[in-house]
Amino acid sequence: MPIQVLMPALSPTMTEGKLANWLKAEGDAVKAGDVLAEIETDKATMEMEAVEDGVLGKILVAAGTEGVAVNTPIALLLGEGEDAASLSAAPAAIAATAVAPTPVAAAPAAVALPPAAPDEKVYASFKRQTVREALRDAMAEEMRADPKVFLLGEEVAQYQGAYKVSQGLLEEFGAERVIDTPITEMGFAGLACGAGYAGLKPIVEFMTMNFSMQAIDHVINSAAKTLYMSGGQQPCSIVFRGPNGAASRVGAQHSQDYASWYAHCPGLKVVAPWSAADAKGLLKAAIRDPNPVVFLENELLYGQSFDVPDDPDFVVPIGRAKIERAGAHVTITAYSRMVQVALDAAELLKAEGIEAEVINLRSIRPLDVATIVASVKKTNRIVNVEEGWAVAGIGSEIAALMMEHAFDWLDAPVVRVAGADVPMPYAANLEKLALPQPDQVAEAARAVCYRR
Amino acid sequence: MAIKKKERGASEASAKELVGYYREMLLVRRFEEKAGQLYGMGLINGFCHLYIGQEAVVIGMQAAAGAADSCITSYRDHGHMLACGMDPKGVMAELTGRAGGYSRGKGGSMHMFSREKRFYGGHGIVGAQVPLGAGLGFAHKYSKDGGVAHVYCGDGAVNQGQVYESFNMASLWKLPVVFVIENNKYAMGTSSERHAAGQELYKRGAAYGIPGEAVNGMSVLAVRDAAIRALAHARSGQGPYILEMMTYRYRGHSMSDPAKYRSKEEVTRMREQHDPIDQLKEKLLADGIIDEAGLKDIDREVKALVGEAADFSQSSPEPDPSELWTDVLIEA
Repeated sequence: MPIQVLMPALSPTMTEGKLANWLKAEGDAVKAGDVLAEIETDKATMEMEAVEDGVLGKILVAAGTEGVAVNTPIALLLGEGEDAASLSAAPAAIAATAVAPTPVAAAPAAVALPPAAPDEKVYASFKRQTVREALRDAMAEEMRADPKVFLLGEEVAQYQGAYKVSQGLLEEFGAERVIDTPITEMGFAGLACGAGYAGLKPIVEFMTMNFSMQAIDHVINSAAKTLYMSGGQQPCSIVFRGPNGAASRVGAQHSQDYASWYAHCPGLKVVAPWSAADAKGLLKAAIRDPNPVVFLENELLYGQSFDVPDDPDFVVPIGRAKIERAGAHVTITAYSRMVQVALDAAELLKAEGIEAEVINLRSIRPLDVATIVASVKKTNRIVNVEEGWAVAGIGSEIAALMMEHAFDWLDAPVVRVAGADVPMPYAANLEKLALPQPDQVAEAARAVCYRR
Repeated sequence: MAIKKKERGASEASAKELVGYYREMLLVRRFEEKAGQLYGMGLINGFCHLYIGQEAVVIGMQAAAGAADSCITSYRDHGHMLACGMDPKGVMAELTGRAGGYSRGKGGSMHMFSREKRFYGGHGIVGAQVPLGAGLGFAHKYSKDGGVAHVYCGDGAVNQGQVYESFNMASLWKLPVVFVIENNKYAMGTSSERHAAGQELYKRGAAYGIPGEAVNGMSVLAVRDAAIRALAHARSGQGPYILEMMTYRYRGHSMSDPAKYRSKEEVTRMREQHDPIDQLKEKLLADGIIDEAGLKDIDREVKALVGEAADFSQSSPEPDPSELWTDVLIEA
């Protein structure tokens, strides 16, 4: 039976076009790949090629015809052993296989509260450690436990880490697993993602997360999206870690908080520890996690000491916030170094009879919404503190979540205390003004308590 | 086409292997023609980059591949998947966005993977697959599995900075990687004369100490010969190797490209005088390895395979709406 040649769609959006010109006449022999006709779309004139060998038996749509719908039969092609007599056997126009439109699946109900993460284990014995030591111990313990775990980045091996976080790791694990890279963030982040595809478990250290901007294509397009794009076939277990946010007087290009940038993307987990216990427990969880995790540290915290559970099985589950200070009057949420700022504000407020509940978010994506909502149902007020800019920031996300999940419990609008909406200045006084300070947080808390 | 003459004679390929290469190239050709046809019928949408004309490159490379080798490429990837042994049905059903596709309809033309066949995608950001592929090489070395990563990119991608970051690390760390530059002369619509300072792309690794050679990418045997040399080099621990495959795509960059940046005569000349499938066919006939009837049998078998793939790609259902929410994260 003759083959129908159908009006082709020649761009993602084309529904009809003009049959500009036939380049073969009835009776001409054609080979697959020969240009049969020229078709004008709204964008361009395209050549239409034969997909089978044969003889052009009959032209059904004349040259110059406008508005020919996609899939209209425009010619009949005679196959091997067929002649003009076969033309009558051709069926009339065949409708293109229609794909039934599927209703758009509803998003999970916007108001459904995500389930609370399981309770954390309680630990009995502790040791005093800096955040720096806690991070190092977390990596060392996981590298001992799993030979697939390795660390790469600038100055992580011989130099022992630009901030001495990887101290001693080269000595213990050797140069095959603790790898100094050239200064080439995009390259080594991409290389690490490829190693992750192949089943290894890389820890990528960025000297600062500011430099991860060179590599963000791989964090997002190569690490975060691949599991989904592969229909679940191709995981990438990888940790991207490094200091994030402002340090001290390092200027605009070395002081940005990237929490909201990374938290925006499905397929990533994003954590931001404050204490040494957070740092150790969350980094162990991040390395074990089968998904890509962005791990946001803070340079100013590296040297600070905290109690860390002295237990080989200690781990902090990702997705679980921690109430650092209980209080009944106002909830203050914060992450990373801003947890200390929130706690300092709580001390100022205590003197005035306001008891603030300070929540250390620890995990930015997924966010522990249940813990925040439970607190707001008690205090009816919430202030978020972050170093990053307010626009499209974590505080903005929390404000929206409170509207969705705690609207009826709010006695005051949600307030965002955030970094000043400017690139970070260098001058000491200006830098201080650009970053949230305890008195600003206290002032915001007073405002939502109507105590000004 | 200026080809640096480095190829040796039509190596030691057996008659059976030669017929196999013919069949595999034909399968890629017919598959892509069918994909173009389904696109024309509105069954495939979005971006769809066809490999027609370049078949000898990936088939020649795979002819020399080792059992543990891995493969990664850009978005012009259907041929690579078929060459790695992926099922045409699953590939075509992904093109039509159906549940039976390799990515269950969630990836599309540019994003398919098969860990079983060690095919690591299908990447849509030009050049990104190059450091990813260096990472596959890193993993081969780290796990000492003897494999080499075959890392493909186009002539357009070699202007991306991350390609040189990868060359540097791959050479510095002696990673088992063969970088295959498929030079089809056009980075989308910009000819290599207009996008590359220096036309000898195989020399782009020279500063990193990476050996390179230009290869007649329209000859599956020349590709195979070069691949044997390059893979042996990489596998022996001497580090990466660059093969610049001089090739040609007959179709536009993607389906919506009218290809007005080159002359019809140029395309016709390549098709008529340098077609990789026709050339091998002539050799098979001239050497008496197969006769016309044998070729017809292969044609029929390949056509049937592609027909089955096309049928499957239309009968496989669309993904269940619940699939929208799955595969974002692995539940730990």
